[in-house]
Amino acid sequence: MLHNSMTEKQLYANIKSGGENSLFTTYEIIFQQLINGLIQGSFYALVALGFSMVYGIIKLINFAHGDIYMTGAFISFVAFSIIASFSEGVVGVVLAVIASMLLCAAIGFSIQRIAYKPLFDAPRLSLLITAVGVSLILQNTVMVITNGQFMFFHSAIDNMAGVRFGENIGISFLEIAMMLITAVLMIILTLFISKTMWGKAMRAISTDKDACRLMGINVSKVIGLTFMIGSALAAIAGGMAVIYYGQVHFFMGYIIGMKAFTAAVIGGIGSIPGAMVGGLLLGLLEAAGTQLIGSEWKDVFAFGILIAMLIFRPNGIFGKTTIERM
Amino acid sequence: MEKQKSKFIVNSKKLGFFGDVVEKCYVLLDNKKVKWMVFAAILALAILFPLISTNYWISVMQNAMFFMLLALGLNIIVGYTGICNFGFAAHFAIGAYVTAILIRTFEWNFWLTLPISLVASIIVACIVAGPTLRLRSDYLAIVTLGFGEIVRITARNLQITGAASGLSGISRPELFGIHLTTISHWYYVFLALVVLYIIISNRIKNSRFGRALEYIREDEDAAMAMGVNTAKFKLFAFIVGAVMGGLAGSFFTVRMGAISPQSFQFIMSANILLAVVLGGMGKIPGVLIGAAFIAIFPELFRDIPFIGTARMLFFGILLVVVMIKRPQGLWPERRR
Repeated sequence: MLHNSMTEKQLYANIKSGGENSLFTTYEIIFQQLINGLIQGSFYALVALGFSMVYGIIKLINFAHGDIYMTGAFISFVAFSIIASFSEGVVGVVLAVIASMLLCAAIGFSIQRIAYKPLFDAPRLSLLITAVGVSLILQNTVMVITNGQFMFFHSAIDNMAGVRFGENIGISFLEIAMMLITAVLMIILTLFISKTMWGKAMRAISTDKDACRLMGINVSKVIGLTFMIGSALAAIAGGMAVIYYGQVHFFMGYIIGMKAFTAAVIGGIGSIPGAMVGGLLLGLLEAAGTQLIGSEWKDVFAFGILIAMLIFRPNGIFGKTTIERM
Repeated sequence: MEKQKSKFIVNSKKLGFFGDVVEKCYVLLDNKKVKWMVFAAILALAILFPLISTNYWISVMQNAMFFMLLALGLNIIVGYTGICNFGFAAHFAIGAYVTAILIRTFEWNFWLTLPISLVASIIVACIVAGPTLRLRSDYLAIVTLGFGEIVRITARNLQITGAASGLSGISRPELFGIHLTTISHWYYVFLALVVLYIIISNRIKNSRFGRALEYIREDEDAAMAMGVNTAKFKLFAFIVGAVMGGLAGSFFTVRMGAISPQSFQFIMSANILLAVVLGGMGKIPGVLIGAAFIAIFPELFRDIPFIGTARMLFFGILLVVVMIKRPQGLWPERRR
């Protein structure tokens, strides 16, 4: 999405010049950054959900999760270029994202089965190193296919159409739709975790895997489902990112993976509402940080928050205080 | 706890043909005389190598030795102690930038920058690992990953580090009156460093400190129960590894004469990690073989179209396969 990055630059120039030849008023800046923050935060939240669910259930930091987001974006891109020949509008885009969601769920499931499952009983370090390996595999598969180039995405959706509140500020229908989709997905997921038997099984496994096995819960099936849901959510985030930013690059998942982890830690890792709040909060904090110290320091700012959180409040906002047992 | 049992040490007899060969090697190496003869032969071969080889292969080998330095450093952290560090390139970057800035901006002598680089590495290691080592072990993985990015982005944004283009025109130092300019000079400098690092690693492994680290790797809770100050030893191990990486970075700077943030990307950290994992975590010969593989592999396949570009894809697959099939690496530890 071009107009947002343009605005960001203009806003930055505005701050640099000390607001003298000001293009925007303070309120307009705050409003625009609020929107930026919420959109970015929705992506973080969706990716963080998968992170948090997987961590909750098998205590693994799934480094490959950010790359699932990237894969989701890439598959959406490919699917749309196929579909675009007969449906260029909203329907085509939605179909592309759904296709990517299904494929990524399958990819997530296979990764879990092939790479992680044999190592569940091994030392944690082995699992972490394997996750780094999976991340390299996903990244470089896409890199080989795209030749390391940026892929640009054009759809018939008008990014600029929307509600205007004034001369310079407004919110596009696309942005509204994306925030709505994120909200709906979160509500569905919360209901799924709290009301269904599958959700109950997930919560039980995160408390005690061995006891669940004794109670007749098919643990490996539930773990597989967790990976599928997490990957599908990441794929949706990836698909939306493609539509919104209009480009795909094989390395785009690396940074967002770490940001999503930061979001999960802010909210308390393993907690579903925590991941949502953490994601939105991180998006907003980052927007504020971009505004105050400049966009080139944005990532440093976010990781600074992560390290500060880990030092001062490692259990996050919603996390329970637990003692690591032997 | 049952599942915490280490997979890193396995009886080499269970490993089939390869295991038999390794076992025979071990028996052979038990003889002190044979052991020293093998070492001497390898060293002699390494010393004579530049006399019989082309410049291209000398520079490839010198690059391999540079990887060996980094891998030996990371081996202290990941291999000996079993704690994660996925941003090792950052430690190497710290050393590299400290030396580069002191030489370029303040016109120091290279050899005087080494102590400063060492101190900077220690301080940075304390900042990264100090607070996080006490937390859940896998948090450190993500903190080191994030830290790797912070260092790279900071180097790219600051003026003093030369921003995105980096620093260039760093003068080569002198050693014993010889101005280190040719590729063979640097080959010998790095060879000497590798030998030094091997001696340090070996001394650590066989010391009280090294045994404490091994205990922590095998069972941290038991180590703590036996009175090992795990937090202290883990921090020490992290610092030692970081310093080894930092000093290697300092030498890298003067050897290349220029550095840029490009050299310190995640790929670099992943490569070093792979070198350690592939050879077998904690085993010095294994780590050396792993590092040599990482450095020489791309040179062998440079001209072959698909494998050349898909190198990291292949490395990723290798990482997963090694962890699942041979977590002890290519060079298994001998069970005593």
